[in-house]
Amino acid sequence: MTEVLNAAVFAEVPMPPFQPGPAGTHITIRSLTKYFAGWPLYEDFNLDIPKNKIVSVFGPNGCGKSTLINMIAGLVPIDSGQILFDGKSLKDTKIGYVFQNYREALFPWMRTIDNIAYPLKLEGKSKAEVDRRMAELVASFDVKFDLKRYPYELSGGQQQTASIMRALAPKPEVLFLDEPFSALDFEMTLFIREKLQEVFMQTSTTMLLVSHDLEEAVYLADQVLLLTKRPTTVAEILDYKDARPRTVETLSEASFISTKKRSLEIFQREVRR
Amino acid sequence: MTTDSLVPTPGVEKPASKPWAAQQYTASVAPKKHSFDKVLPFMGPVLLLLVWDLSVRFGLVKAILLPPPIDTVLALLSGLAGGPLLTDFGVTLWRTVQAFLIASAIGVPLGIVLGSNEKAYRSVEFLIDFFRSTPSSALIPLFMMIFGISDINKVAIAAFGAFLIVVFNSAYGVMNARKQRVMAAKVMGATRWHVFKDVLVWESLQPTFVGLRSAVSMALVIVIVAEMFIGADSGLGNRIINAQQVMRVIDMYAAILSAGVMGYALNVLFLISEKKIVHWSGR
Repeated sequence: MTEVLNAAVFAEVPMPPFQPGPAGTHITIRSLTKYFAGWPLYEDFNLDIPKNKIVSVFGPNGCGKSTLINMIAGLVPIDSGQILFDGKSLKDTKIGYVFQNYREALFPWMRTIDNIAYPLKLEGKSKAEVDRRMAELVASFDVKFDLKRYPYELSGGQQQTASIMRALAPKPEVLFLDEPFSALDFEMTLFIREKLQEVFMQTSTTMLLVSHDLEEAVYLADQVLLLTKRPTTVAEILDYKDARPRTVETLSEASFISTKKRSLEIFQREVRR
Repeated sequence: MTTDSLVPTPGVEKPASKPWAAQQYTASVAPKKHSFDKVLPFMGPVLLLLVWDLSVRFGLVKAILLPPPIDTVLALLSGLAGGPLLTDFGVTLWRTVQAFLIASAIGVPLGIVLGSNEKAYRSVEFLIDFFRSTPSSALIPLFMMIFGISDINKVAIAAFGAFLIVVFNSAYGVMNARKQRVMAAKVMGATRWHVFKDVLVWESLQPTFVGLRSAVSMALVIVIVAEMFIGADSGLGNRIINAQQVMRVIDMYAAILSAGVMGYALNVLFLISEKKIVHWSGR
């Protein structure tokens, strides 16, 4: 009896042919599916994220903004689908991630400088290389506080600055920011927002920013990605092309106001749907 | 809000060599403390000694049961200054330290390994919880059968009781590690080994210290009990029971108080070293 009885029946579902995004696409998301507690959060979700741009993700509560970037960053497993970075998988891609809760993201047993250098040490960089990169970062962030202190000795804004420096230390291809300003006071939010813009102008690292503040989302973005309620789809992608550096004056520019107004309209339409 | 400002203000930036102290700000603002506050911690002990002294003086308690506090404290001090009490104190301390060292040398690494492998912990969880709930003193006869009436016996049973506490706390320390710190390490590309040695071990340090502190108290309790009932010829437990049998109450109270001194000192020692080593705890 070598014959196999009741052999498994395979439904031959061919993978849909991979469709690359338009020129200048960095991250391609194809037929992404994610269920939460039996309910679809994302179903057959497709998206192209452009390279060297800041994309702000905005949408109704519970639509899975953070889940989306966490799935792209590999922090939340996906049920099915494909996410590629310039055609590579995540494990061949260097990424940086900034958490909302900086207190639980930094390692309090390490001095701040060692926290920032930690991803470089993981890469096995020599001390000279680490030191050189640290000096670069300190210069580009114009750090005015003492990095030899422990994170808990710093203010919230200083800790979040350190978190961003840590995320950028290994020169990531993509930087993920999950509501990085939500736990900060207004003064610090303004400060770090400007820092982030400066760093982006220096490095043009692709950034994915989740924000719950529409003004901030538009202000920093080249593209505003608006999502629907769950099961989540793309409601609309708005381009916002004002030149950088954007300043307080930007906030009163007609193009800014109209982009913000348009975003708000789409958002309200989606919330009421 | 001076501390929040990233723009350096001359005079606000303190030199790096100087340890950070938030008190510098509060000290000038906080209302002046009454010198009376400093006396507060001594109120309780003084009150106790007073009540003790008065009850002896007015014969509320028989002198045979309770010696005057002055005599007791004098006996304690002279005993610890080099009398036979000091020898017994040293013996008990040494046994406790031995038991503690054995318990932590095995318990901490084992707890951390078990904690980082939840399946492994679940499979021994019942055993740990069961024996943790069993009064270790109930196991003394069993240990007498295994180790005989020896010095090793007392150390072994104390080490066993302390070990369970250490394993439990270290394992839970790892299991309850902040998920986000683990995620932060993973997203930076840390391997499982790096997550273990750079995050989990550190995250478990504070609960481990809680475990170590309870473990040393447990070790002391068991050592004293063992000294009382497992044919010992030295140690505070032995001294207390001997003094009681011949009704040398002053000697007995002095020995009891010295056991208290030891337990308290060990506790304080652990609190201080925890503050030093787990400097980020509670911040």
